[in-house]
Amino acid sequence: MSNERVQLAHGSGGKLSHDLINQIMWPAFANDILGEMHDGAQLNIDGCRLAFSTDSYVVKPVFFSGGDIGKLAVCGTVNDVAMNGALPLYLSAGFVLEEGFPINDLQRIVTSMQLAAKEAGVHIVTGDTKVVEKGAVDGIYINTAGIGKIMDGIHISGKNALPGQDIILSGFLGEHALAVMSERHGLQFPQSVISDCAPLNGLIENMLRAVPRIAVLRDPTRGGLATTLNEIALQSKVGIMLEENNIPVSSAVQAACDILGFDPLYLANEGKMIVFVDKEFTNQVLDIMQRHAYGREARVIGKVVKEPCGQVGLRTRIGGVRLLDMLVGDQLPRIC
Amino acid sequence: MQTMTNEEVKRAADFFTKEIAKLADGKSLRLMEVCGTHTVAIFKAGIRQLLPENIELVSGPGCPVCVTPNEYLDTAIAYSRKSDVIITTFGDMLKVPGSSSSLAIEKAQGADIRIVYSSLEALEIAENHPDKKVIFLAVGFETTAPTAAAAILMADEAKLTNFYVLSAHKLVPPALRALLTAGDSHVDGFLLPGHVSAIIGLEPYEFLSKEYNIPAVIAGFEPLDILQSVYILLQQIRYKAAKLENQYSRIVPERGNLAACNVLSQVYQEADAVWRGIGEIPKSGLVIRKKYQAFDARLNIPIVVEETKEAKGCQCGNVLRGLLLPTDCLLFGKACRPEHPIGSCMVSVEGTCAAWYKYGAGRWQV
Repeated sequence: MSNERVQLAHGSGGKLSHDLINQIMWPAFANDILGEMHDGAQLNIDGCRLAFSTDSYVVKPVFFSGGDIGKLAVCGTVNDVAMNGALPLYLSAGFVLEEGFPINDLQRIVTSMQLAAKEAGVHIVTGDTKVVEKGAVDGIYINTAGIGKIMDGIHISGKNALPGQDIILSGFLGEHALAVMSERHGLQFPQSVISDCAPLNGLIENMLRAVPRIAVLRDPTRGGLATTLNEIALQSKVGIMLEENNIPVSSAVQAACDILGFDPLYLANEGKMIVFVDKEFTNQVLDIMQRHAYGREARVIGKVVKEPCGQVGLRTRIGGVRLLDMLVGDQLPRIC
Repeated sequence: MQTMTNEEVKRAADFFTKEIAKLADGKSLRLMEVCGTHTVAIFKAGIRQLLPENIELVSGPGCPVCVTPNEYLDTAIAYSRKSDVIITTFGDMLKVPGSSSSLAIEKAQGADIRIVYSSLEALEIAENHPDKKVIFLAVGFETTAPTAAAAILMADEAKLTNFYVLSAHKLVPPALRALLTAGDSHVDGFLLPGHVSAIIGLEPYEFLSKEYNIPAVIAGFEPLDILQSVYILLQQIRYKAAKLENQYSRIVPERGNLAACNVLSQVYQEADAVWRGIGEIPKSGLVIRKKYQAFDARLNIPIVVEETKEAKGCQCGNVLRGLLLPTDCLLFGKACRPEHPIGSCMVSVEGTCAAWYKYGAGRWQV
């Protein structure tokens, strides 16, 4: 890798991202906490269990149907903290602004962060602002970090998947990626697509209070459902079998994907989660999810199997079975 | 077809697979899906496993990125290194390796290469950057060529002087004729590309049955379209009644899309063209007509291109002619993977090797 240069696909969340992390970042930073490779770190400080996560937001354009970079920066990090089975409490916000960026736009973005933080019940308690010369960044980049308290008796990990568990998805796929794409490229889809960007911590808290034994929680952001499930299959050393008929894709997203040649299973979501749970709790979890605004369309999309270890399969509508691989390249840079 | 319930779809699929097995009657048959979109659709639906083992589906030369020769990529790469040039391209060209580089590598090193979703987007970039030469990489078959032609007409009308097209458009029927003339592909029937046919209509394929006595069906892209098309081919084979049939009549009119064809012939004319792995095929490509030569990148922007080199051991050529399956290539899945492609067939989302790898050929055991 030493003579190569960074390519856009290194940031896709797919195979090349994994290579970059494993070959460059991991050897330098290796430790047990990082080794969990979850959406955030789970810390134990003097008996107090905390979840800690960070993310940088570079979405282009900064405003899109259903959200903007500010809402995304709050919801994305809140969700990453919550996916550890934690109640998100405090966020930091770091801004990198390009000389010449309209103050009015900045105001809109900050107000949107304020509203999202309010909805999620978190406070932004520390921050930083840098301005760089024109051309050094594209408008505005935001980094947020979040910290939260892991709920008592809750142990969420990508390594917890076991054969027999059901896999639940909270709703329709691909809305965020397509909303951003359509804004960026001025694409007219047959039906309009709105980003699903939303804080999921409230819903997760309800679920975990009722069913503390939820095994895995993960949000299928970059790389989409397919990549996220591959990560879990690898971490837990299990197989995963999905039913195509049960995977919720709206007609608007499907139509746009048909035109552009995208696969909704690989598109980024910003307000969806995947839940692995023992069969006996499936109906209870579904019931709670479907009663919440952000889980209305929740359904079981597949189950954990023993073999083939580390792989994800999909049973198609006509009864064939095929491999569902991790995302490799990246046609959609700067989606979040 | 969208109104069918899941149960109805499954029942229809079961019917076709059973009938196909009956008609094949244990005989070994090779059917070629010409189009890359079909290759992907076949894998996505898991159709290969539903068909009896004696029916082999082989991919043909119908992935536009795959059949684009190295020389074209080297030319695009050379242009991208010029400081006054912006390259505009569909995303799947980015990672295709040329002789010694790729557009993705050049982009990472600072070349101004932009992914567009239509030729009109490239036109817009040209309008917004009057100080740069904007080159659109026009790759594709009869389906995408009319949009490139339309962009040239619009550029002409807007009197744009900084918009250029580097054309590698190709035509499907001459390639099929070349495969049959070579005579080594041993194809028992063709699944013809639905989208290309929607532009050119049925007539250009008539020679398949008339001159070569080969069954052929224009097929749609839904799983049931493909199963039904295989079923139609099997009937023709079984009853020795080779002809051209149109399974995709809901989209493909008999005479094609006249408006698109008019735009196409207004701007382009047929010319001999080089296909990766196949070589030069007479009248199988499109070049810009004299009237619009001001938009032809090759004629207006002088460039020195490196000597073309082919990747060692790469079997893309034989895969594109249906002579080898991807898994027959020693590099497949080992040195050549989607994240590190050696041949073009592993790059494009519609590439035969990429589809085999992505959907698990040789890797997924049920």
